Amino acid sequence: MFFDRITAFFCLAAVFFILTANTINKYDCKNTFDNELFTHQKVLPMDMKRNYYEDVQLVTSPVVFFWLILLFVFLVVFPFIVGNYYVYVANYIAINIIVAAGLNLLVGYTGQISLGHAGFFAIGAYGTVILMAKAGLPFLLALPCSGLVAAGFGFLLGLPALRLEGPYLSIATLGFGLTITQVIGRITLFGGREGLHAPDIVIGSWIIETDRQFYFLLVFITVLLLLGMRNLIRTRVGRAFIAIRDADIAAQTMGVNIVFYKTLAFAVSAFYAGIAGGLYAFVLKFIEPEMFTLMMSIMFLAMVVVGGQGSLMGPIVGAGLLCWLDLKLRNILDIPFLGDWLETLSMSWFSITGVSNIQYVVFGSIMVAIMLFEPLGLYGVWLRTKRYWRTWPF
Amino acid sequence: MVDFIQMVVSGVAVGSSYALMGLAMVIIYKTSEVPNFAQGEMALVTSFVTMMLLTTFGYPVWLAFCLAFVFAAALGAFLEFAVLRRAKNPNILGTIVITIGLEMVLLGLVSWKFGAEQKTMPFPIGPYDSFIIGDIFIAKLEALTLVSALVLMALLFFFFRYSRLGLAMKATQQNPTAAKIVGIRTNRIMMMTWGISSVVGATAGLLISPVIMHPFMMWDPMLKGFAAAVMGGMTSLPGAVVAAYMLGIIENLFGGYVSIEFKSVVAFAIIVLVLCFKPSGLFARHYVKKV
Repeated sequence: MFFDRITAFFCLAAVFFILTANTINKYDCKNTFDNELFTHQKVLPMDMKRNYYEDVQLVTSPVVFFWLILLFVFLVVFPFIVGNYYVYVANYIAINIIVAAGLNLLVGYTGQISLGHAGFFAIGAYGTVILMAKAGLPFLLALPCSGLVAAGFGFLLGLPALRLEGPYLSIATLGFGLTITQVIGRITLFGGREGLHAPDIVIGSWIIETDRQFYFLLVFITVLLLLGMRNLIRTRVGRAFIAIRDADIAAQTMGVNIVFYKTLAFAVSAFYAGIAGGLYAFVLKFIEPEMFTLMMSIMFLAMVVVGGQGSLMGPIVGAGLLCWLDLKLRNILDIPFLGDWLETLSMSWFSITGVSNIQYVVFGSIMVAIMLFEPLGLYGVWLRTKRYWRTWPF
Repeated sequence: MVDFIQMVVSGVAVGSSYALMGLAMVIIYKTSEVPNFAQGEMALVTSFVTMMLLTTFGYPVWLAFCLAFVFAAALGAFLEFAVLRRAKNPNILGTIVITIGLEMVLLGLVSWKFGAEQKTMPFPIGPYDSFIIGDIFIAKLEALTLVSALVLMALLFFFFRYSRLGLAMKATQQNPTAAKIVGIRTNRIMMMTWGISSVVGATAGLLISPVIMHPFMMWDPMLKGFAAAVMGGMTSLPGAVVAAYMLGIIENLFGGYVSIEFKSVVAFAIIVLVLCFKPSGLFARHYVKKV
């Protein structure tokens, strides 16, 4: 009861902070603000850089350091204070965070479109399981290997993508995703339509059996990959990606090698998806080709867009939100109040058998609403809120 | 030889439905540069509404079909008015995400309302009615699809070439600002474009629905139609049609002679190959990017 009140209080406070910042301030300095967002330079007074070293720092201030430590403590303590189901949810979210972060490199930073990431995901999943079960490689070797295989396919897909954009690129990647699952489903080595069981993971003398043990491995890998992404974006490579997104012809005239960097973006993005796929196989313990559908690719794209393209936080928030919604909406009728109301609504107007399809309606509406009202996603809302309250009385 | 001709004939029939979907997408892309992923689901909604009119309300077939086309036009116009127009200068990714979102909403609503199982459409021509020319079987439905596709293509061709509205649409596509200056209501043109395109798509949907009718029935024709539109160059109506027939025929021949298992994905392999060599499609004039 007490905790419920505290949660409710914090939720209300958050709603208040966000609403004030986004309704009052929105029209005051809209233009300057939008410009800042699109160039992704936060020129707030407090964010001013004083020397070059600050560009390289991972942790920019003691406050950030404090929250970071708190986050890590939370991540470590989390599986011990919640039930098994929530550990599973956390694993599921962490995997989607990895894919979304990888896709964000392609969509948000390099400005390409991919509707075929479920294909790379499938390659990673099948690669890891097969390398472990059939070739007998240890997990820690099989995972990066299958990531590299996925990256190879990403490189191959990146080659035609060099000359394509817009709808052309989207249909090419979409076709790739569909083809991969079809091909995998037809090859007997890959278990065909029956799918494959994931073997147990053994690292040294540590045998991973439960979700909770896997959680620690997964969180470690996720944090590592996110750190890698953050650093990649700040290097020469990352700046080249951003230059290609903003104006590829201009970037070329400035000496950015477009062929190299575009294929690299595809490869790195596919690598992330492959690693995530490899881990996904061990969360579900079982993989079959039917899982890696076009809908999955669409959901990955939705995570990036809903969270906010071109930021590191965006995919994390987007993946968290959409996965949580996904798992919640699977048993939509169990939600208190709303479930009963939906049940009567379905009885009288719709059909009760199709009630689980409400999740499509919800996801679709979220995607449309985000694109219409806040193209920078939830991260844009956060930036606006932060900006408003930092300079609050003014 | 008979097998070959039979395969080509059914390829042409399949290609007709791809061609209709491709045309619908090209019409919208031509005017507003939106690759409309919701096209299939717009047709899906229309087909299910028609089924409801026929079964639940018991309307006669001609009335139900007329109402269906009116509904399709209204739906397309409404989506443009309510959603696409509200987007603030969306980039290509933005429009893709919006139309995919619309697709999911429509798909969700239809499958919520009707459930996921197979339905039967009380269509005047059954899916297995056929006639024989020489040794070739032709389903009446396939023939009807082909005829309606050809008629619609001709109509659209003349519409874009000679009618005032069609010319205004062309003008809007080429330069919206200039079109506005000479007095074309570009917003209204967009709405009409979506309406027309939705009607073309709905024709495909109605002709597919006697054979398969469940909420995911339009995914394959929509994706293949989109593939054909892209292969034809995304802005060329004849290009989309030719590419759609090519895809339909190649797909069927591939299924017959090489491997039935990969039949459904060979179209994508082809378009990836085509795009490798002709990045702006087979029939588009060379795509020049504005810097």
